[in-house]
Amino acid sequence: MKLDLITQNFPTTKWDEATQSLIVPHTDLLNVVDFIKNNPGFEMDYVSNVSGVDWLPKKEKVKAADGTETEVDKPGFLEVVYHFYSMKNRTGPITLRCRTENRENPIVPSITPLYRGAEFQEREIYDLYGVRFSGHPDLRRILMWDEFQDFPMRKDYQEPDDYEWEPTPHDEVLEKAKHHYSSDAAKS
Amino acid sequence: MIQPITETIEIGGSEQPLYGPRSYQVLSGNDLGSQLLEISMGPHHPSTHGVFRMDVVLDGEEVVKLKPVFGYLHRNHEKIAENASYLASMPYTDRLDYFCSMTNNWAYAHAVEKLAGIKVPERAEYMRVILAELTRLVNHTALVGFLVNDLGALGTPLIYAFRERENILDVFEALSGARMMCNYMRFGGVRVDFTPDILKRITHIVDRYPSFLAEFEKLLVGNDIIMSRCQGVGVLTKELAIASSVTGPMLRASGVDYDIRKVDKYGIYDRFDFRVPLGDHGDVYDRLMIRFLEMHESLKILRQALKQFPQGGEHINPEVKLRNFRPKAGEAYGRIESPKGELGFYLISTGGNLPYRYRVRPPSLINLTILEDMCLGEKVADVIIILGSVDIVLGEVDR
Repeated sequence: MKLDLITQNFPTTKWDEATQSLIVPHTDLLNVVDFIKNNPGFEMDYVSNVSGVDWLPKKEKVKAADGTETEVDKPGFLEVVYHFYSMKNRTGPITLRCRTENRENPIVPSITPLYRGAEFQEREIYDLYGVRFSGHPDLRRILMWDEFQDFPMRKDYQEPDDYEWEPTPHDEVLEKAKHHYSSDAAKS
Repeated sequence: MIQPITETIEIGGSEQPLYGPRSYQVLSGNDLGSQLLEISMGPHHPSTHGVFRMDVVLDGEEVVKLKPVFGYLHRNHEKIAENASYLASMPYTDRLDYFCSMTNNWAYAHAVEKLAGIKVPERAEYMRVILAELTRLVNHTALVGFLVNDLGALGTPLIYAFRERENILDVFEALSGARMMCNYMRFGGVRVDFTPDILKRITHIVDRYPSFLAEFEKLLVGNDIIMSRCQGVGVLTKELAIASSVTGPMLRASGVDYDIRKVDKYGIYDRFDFRVPLGDHGDVYDRLMIRFLEMHESLKILRQALKQFPQGGEHINPEVKLRNFRPKAGEAYGRIESPKGELGFYLISTGGNLPYRYRVRPPSLINLTILEDMCLGEKVADVIIILGSVDIVLGEVDR
């Protein structure tokens, strides 16, 4: 497929060879999606899969020109991956990746106005990853209950302290008990 | 001589005969000064096929708003799979759509094979096709039974369907040790080889299935009650079906020719001669009929697969190290045509023995996106059959 047509029209997008996908900045996402939906060369009328991915901040070793290695902090981000197919031309997939700027305030534009099929999938990513989709008509929790606070699919998700007393705690329960009695929850 | 009764009665401001036909002015809900009624359908009701709830707003008997509510069965399957090795997730995929564990296994194995670049021996491919098409028979037969059950024909047709389903499940049990939780596919093949006895039993089932289908169709397809309840109800247009990512029999009932067995030709589906049935109107009746027609096509594939079934060969690729399985870093999206629609698995590997990201693309959940649009303006009793024709399994919706 003529994927370089996208990179020519949208110079901000970047082709990622390792994952065979196109990295799209969130400012340009709706334009790119509209382009591949309506351009006669693509006509991607079907969004098959929308998934969230969590990438934690990490330290990366960077080699300077004089051979010394320095550690650089790479910020974490959340990523939304779209798989587009064309039902009309029976082609695909085109994989787009949209990355948020950080993990604290992740915002990605919603493609639900263009593709109804993304509605529940975006709600699910909001529910489990906490990505906020601007422009989504009905952004509520979908699998977890409405009062739930955290985002369980994130890699650094901590289970709530739900320790209950047991007569002979061992293994996991013992760990839980230790954590429970050392935390503030037990003192209050 | 009998005198005709000429007494009259005043109804709604006009004189009407006391006995005999009267003319009524049909009043809509608002003229009566009535209010909208919000009711909660489910989650503890058999017609919702599990713990599924619909928040329905009614004007009289007409639906004016419907919001599906689910998540009661949510156990975060994806998180559990991200903390388990690749192979350890295989039995868990059985629990997604517990009617079609063979196709769930295949979809997951297909994605992992794509990720790790594993070749599947020919014999195993044939076994997979045979099992997947048997699963399609199981699912569609049961669905037709459930749908007729939702229509009010309590029990009998469903028991007919379950009787045939049980024959196929007996084969699955002989093969894998479990009727429904088969855990049978492996990366690069299947777990145990077919014995001649299994093949004989499958041939027997395939031979006698058409007579059951003929009986079942005679009972249901031309039935006046089914036609008047199903035709023109819950219409889904072609454009809306594509835009809302609906897949599987529901999409094809709306007239879109898109079957992943034909489009991707995964496995060895390019070797078989079969057709893709399409619907005309996109209503509940079309969705019911599509299931019947697809069962005939599945039987066609099964007959060809049994005829071409290779005599010898491996049932699993011997080079795959299932223990300590570590695919190289990368990602893959593998999808197959499961009986309910496009079942996909999206995997990201960072080179370790656990998947970094494991995502299920559940057809049941995404086909529900459009439920409200299909139900608006329909009667409340039709909501049940529209939901029944979508074909959902809550194990897959909630994951």
